Amino acid sequence: MDTALTVRSLRAYYLTRYFGITREVRAVDDITLSVMRKEIYGIAGESSCGKSTFIKTIAAAVRPPLRVLGGSIKYSFLDRDLYDLNEKALADMRWKHLSCILQGSMNVLNPVRRVRESFKDFAFPHLGLARREFFDVVNQHLGRLHLSPSVLSAFPHELSGGMRQRVAIALATVCRPEFIIADEPTTALDVVVQKDVLALILETQREIGSSMVFVTHDLTVHANISNRLGIMYAGRLVEEGPTGDILHDPIHPYTRHLVASLPRIGDLTPKKALSGAPPSLADPPSGCRFHPRCPLAMDICRQANPELTPLASGRRVACYAVGPLVKPAADSAAAPQATQADKSAAFLQ
Amino acid sequence: MNDLLSVEHVTRIFALGGLLGRGQFAAVDDVSFSLKSAHPEIFAIIGESGSGKTTLARMVLNTLAPSKGLIRFLGDDISRFRGRRDRLQFMQKVQPIFQNPYEAFNPLKRVDRYLFASAYYFMERRSRDAREAAADEALRKVGLSLAEVKGRFPHELSGGQLQRASIARALISSPALIVADEPVSMVDASLRMSIVNLFKTLRDELKVSIIYITHDLATAYYISDRVLIMQKGKVVETGPARQVLSDPQRPYTILLRESILSPDDVDKAQPGVAARKDKRFANE
Repeated sequence: MDTALTVRSLRAYYLTRYFGITREVRAVDDITLSVMRKEIYGIAGESSCGKSTFIKTIAAAVRPPLRVLGGSIKYSFLDRDLYDLNEKALADMRWKHLSCILQGSMNVLNPVRRVRESFKDFAFPHLGLARREFFDVVNQHLGRLHLSPSVLSAFPHELSGGMRQRVAIALATVCRPEFIIADEPTTALDVVVQKDVLALILETQREIGSSMVFVTHDLTVHANISNRLGIMYAGRLVEEGPTGDILHDPIHPYTRHLVASLPRIGDLTPKKALSGAPPSLADPPSGCRFHPRCPLAMDICRQANPELTPLASGRRVACYAVGPLVKPAADSAAAPQATQADKSAAFLQ
Repeated sequence: MNDLLSVEHVTRIFALGGLLGRGQFAAVDDVSFSLKSAHPEIFAIIGESGSGKTTLARMVLNTLAPSKGLIRFLGDDISRFRGRRDRLQFMQKVQPIFQNPYEAFNPLKRVDRYLFASAYYFMERRSRDAREAAADEALRKVGLSLAEVKGRFPHELSGGQLQRASIARALISSPALIVADEPVSMVDASLRMSIVNLFKTLRDELKVSIIYITHDLATAYYISDRVLIMQKGKVVETGPARQVLSDPQRPYTILLRESILSPDDVDKAQPGVAARKDKRFANE
């Protein structure tokens, strides 16, 4: 299968410096993943685990104090690394090849201008059509999302939350981009509208055949939309695999907890909540970042960081306690490096 | 009087528009329900955005007067609580928890200040030690301690901790009723269960009745005893939670029930939500 996006050992930290004291917040720490063409890759994790930072990084929306310190991001539609592009090339690429659906659609649309102006700003330069034809295309596209052309002359506050989110989807997909990034697009919506919006996202994605990174903390949403799922914890990817496999047979202790705590109708068994709080990314725990809350923590977990290791079934997991990971001797660093090399080799195939 | 709270045919009408072409909009339309004081329970109010859930909650909290109808708390009409003393007494017994703890607390004030202020006004704990003791006691009920919260600003606590702190604040005055307006919708899935389980503990151990407002049917099914389902300000269906949610009778409840995404849907051959051909979009 073709890959649409390849991210390798990406690190992005927030670096702040006040009065000579430098603080770094390791929001994205050594993430390696790839997204296939026409695939929906889900990313799940709690708040402050670095999901949004990861998205900013792959969307080239990095502003200080966030800085990308290492790694590479390659899109199939670009011949170079994302960060080798200049401003103009980035502007040409955005919306045409890579677009975003964000959480608060109120914040995406300018509140004091009509929706039409937003379409003109974002999409008009990319489609290269005359004005009349451009609006024909836009109207047709709005129709596909069950919106009437009259929303173009409305102000954002005149639309309901669900309609606004659909306008944001229309905006992101009108140029038929190869890659769409969706950051919690349904979190602010209630259940009825959520289902409709998800259906539309899926329909549109299938129709234009784009790849997608879909971020939300809600695993039930992932169950319904994502093909593959990556679980993030404290800036790192801890488990990855086909969504069904992860939900049926979670391997990592954190994923197991997430899956076990899902409420279902018809199920009254008491659900346990995870003790403790997510770690501060400014001062993450040593070794595996999950160990302070992990029921299976061992000595090795406090000292060494488990690498994300591939399993036979196409899944990857980063855990000493349950994974197939070779437990490295505390004094030699050779073993984990070997697995890293193997992993990269396996990954590139 | 054995009703803790009785809401009798309550209607709230908002006026729309300016001086010309004034319209009326009934956010809550003839809603009645009651909670018994002998049996503390979790009473869920479910509905989509704009169904009047929050308006109803504000009327129960006496921050908004009903246009028609009556709300009684322990037999007294709450709209008669006008003076400061009456209001404080009422607030002591009925406490709110809001949706987003980061918005409920002023980001520039320390969280403990809210706890101390509640102890000061509702419990007449005038001395510093007495206030700290009251705050610590309440925080322990929610699995925190004063040492963890004291001197911290809201951004220094995680969302789950802050929501627990806001529940602790509500518990300081040992209320008989807590009105929780979407208390878990802004909290992460992994922390959601800890808050939801906490409500169960409050009901079983502290005998607090809880009005749990939500659009999330799965957690409502998990914790609530009775549910009331609202649509456009009207009550659609009400009854025991398990019965209503496992065997919905009214079309709207069935729609809500079908809209819930289930983690088990992943087994479907074609993963993804089935697009519904429905009239909702046509209306817009």
